[in-house]
Amino acid sequence: MSIILDKVNYVYSEKTAYQIQALKDISLKIEDGEFIGVIGHTGSGKSTLIQHLNGLMRATSGGIYYQGQDIYDQDFSRHKLRGKVGLVFQYPEHQLFETTIFADVCFGPKNQGFCKKDAELKAFTALRSVGLPEDYWYRSPFELSGGQKRRVAIAGVLAMEPEVLILDEPTAGLDPKGRDEILDQVAKLHQERQLTVILVSHSMEDVAKYVERLIVMNQGSVLFDGTPKEVFSHYQKLESVGLAAPQVTYLMHDLRKHGMQVQGTATTLEEAKHSILQAFAEKGKPIC
Amino acid sequence: MKFIEARKLIHEYIRRDEEGNVESILTALDEVDLDVKQGEFVAILGHNGSGKSTLAKHLNVLLRPGGGTLWVDGKDAEDADNLWAIRQNAGMVFQNPDNQIIASVVEEDVAFGPENIGVPTDEIWKRVEKSLKSVGMIQYREHSPNKLSGGQKQRVAIAGVMAMEPKCIILDEPTAMLDPNGRREVLEAVERLNKEKGVTIILITHYMEEVICADRVYVMDNGKVVMQGTPRGIFSQVDTLKDYRLDVPQITLLAYELRKEGLQIPEGILTRQELVEAICRLY
Repeated sequence: MSIILDKVNYVYSEKTAYQIQALKDISLKIEDGEFIGVIGHTGSGKSTLIQHLNGLMRATSGGIYYQGQDIYDQDFSRHKLRGKVGLVFQYPEHQLFETTIFADVCFGPKNQGFCKKDAELKAFTALRSVGLPEDYWYRSPFELSGGQKRRVAIAGVLAMEPEVLILDEPTAGLDPKGRDEILDQVAKLHQERQLTVILVSHSMEDVAKYVERLIVMNQGSVLFDGTPKEVFSHYQKLESVGLAAPQVTYLMHDLRKHGMQVQGTATTLEEAKHSILQAFAEKGKPIC
Repeated sequence: MKFIEARKLIHEYIRRDEEGNVESILTALDEVDLDVKQGEFVAILGHNGSGKSTLAKHLNVLLRPGGGTLWVDGKDAEDADNLWAIRQNAGMVFQNPDNQIIASVVEEDVAFGPENIGVPTDEIWKRVEKSLKSVGMIQYREHSPNKLSGGQKQRVAIAGVMAMEPKCIILDEPTAMLDPNGRREVLEAVERLNKEKGVTIILITHYMEEVICADRVYVMDNGKVVMQGTPRGIFSQVDTLKDYRLDVPQITLLAYELRKEGLQIPEGILTRQELVEAICRLY
């Protein structure tokens, strides 16, 4: 029952010549502990959508409910909501500012009103959970590599102990290994703490590998909402809105066209490999 | 003809304390040899901090060599008199399109470069038209850049470089901030410039798929060139690439995994088409 969006609309520059409707009648239900991917081309409304979830942006019309409470209610503390729904922006390392990594991660909980000791305890746990070695903690954040800086920024949000973690393209600009490390860490947090995770991404391969539910945004509306398998089976429609399916899905469709009995729904490398090997086995053909 | 020739190129970032004493030295380029022929499409791969961007900044002399030699377009990069001549012939496109666009109308933005180097007005307009056409953005010439998508903005930035009529364009992670469509648009524009106009291309990227169409690939690690070869040659060494924190395209990885399981698929598969054919031959 975690987060409910009820017919949410958002209009930029309302009643001016530049009026643009960024969200159109969005109704969604995000359950506790889900791992959700959000994809869509630039300008499809992804970022606008996620900024509504922690009350950074206020819907032009419609309602948003967090754990059953209306977040636009006068008595509802949106300040507290921002601690519960942690948002990691794109290129979060640009927001690092403190002299040491540890001090930077303490900033969030201190701002929430925790005393120094509690804030430090939370920072300690958060830095541990993103897997940054301890001998880095008292260095300047600016000496770190891109991937490490990003971990520190994620730790800064985790230190506020959110129930929901939203990441806006956390892997943009990272090398392949850095990409895998960050996403593996996020998946681990999701598993170990039952943290609800919402991952905005441009990489179809990444969302296919990690998420359980995939939401596709197009022109301010939800185009598809389902498991990655269901969503990527509409690959032709996805292409028409500037997206695509993972490379292996196309491969599987090509193989089927050549009369091979493989699963057309495979979206990850493992699934594709398994299905191809199985097709060979079923035909009774020795593979060596 | 050689366009770029680097021999044992060294660059060090030196950090000093308040008294000017050296605190630490980071060797970003460690005796790098690089050869790029006129009209070639060369890709440079490497993890974050491997020295790719430092190398790129040398190629149009935003940074000066700390050791070794570098010749660009037959001119010595160490000679300060050659600075402007080299920069005119080696244009640079950076990662973030928003940092590179300065005018409020697309065509004025593209005109900024040639205007700066003193091209006559008639000629400027001819060049603006030609370069916007070459990246497929001519229909947006009178638009405001801030209403464009990321891929479109990046193509405007490329047009701006093209209008200076350089022999070479260096692109430092031009697609890192773009969605799949934007990435495709930019790459298609880059390939077209290389094939149709013969512009030398140096592409730095983290997306392995973008490297497939390059003539040659260099892999950097810790400031050194550790691998070089054709995309096929490089991507057939899956394990070595992983050691350098890199990856191979998903299709290549699948082919590699299937080979490990015993399927007789040739090494260095790059495209979907190739893998489909290889599998069907066995089936």
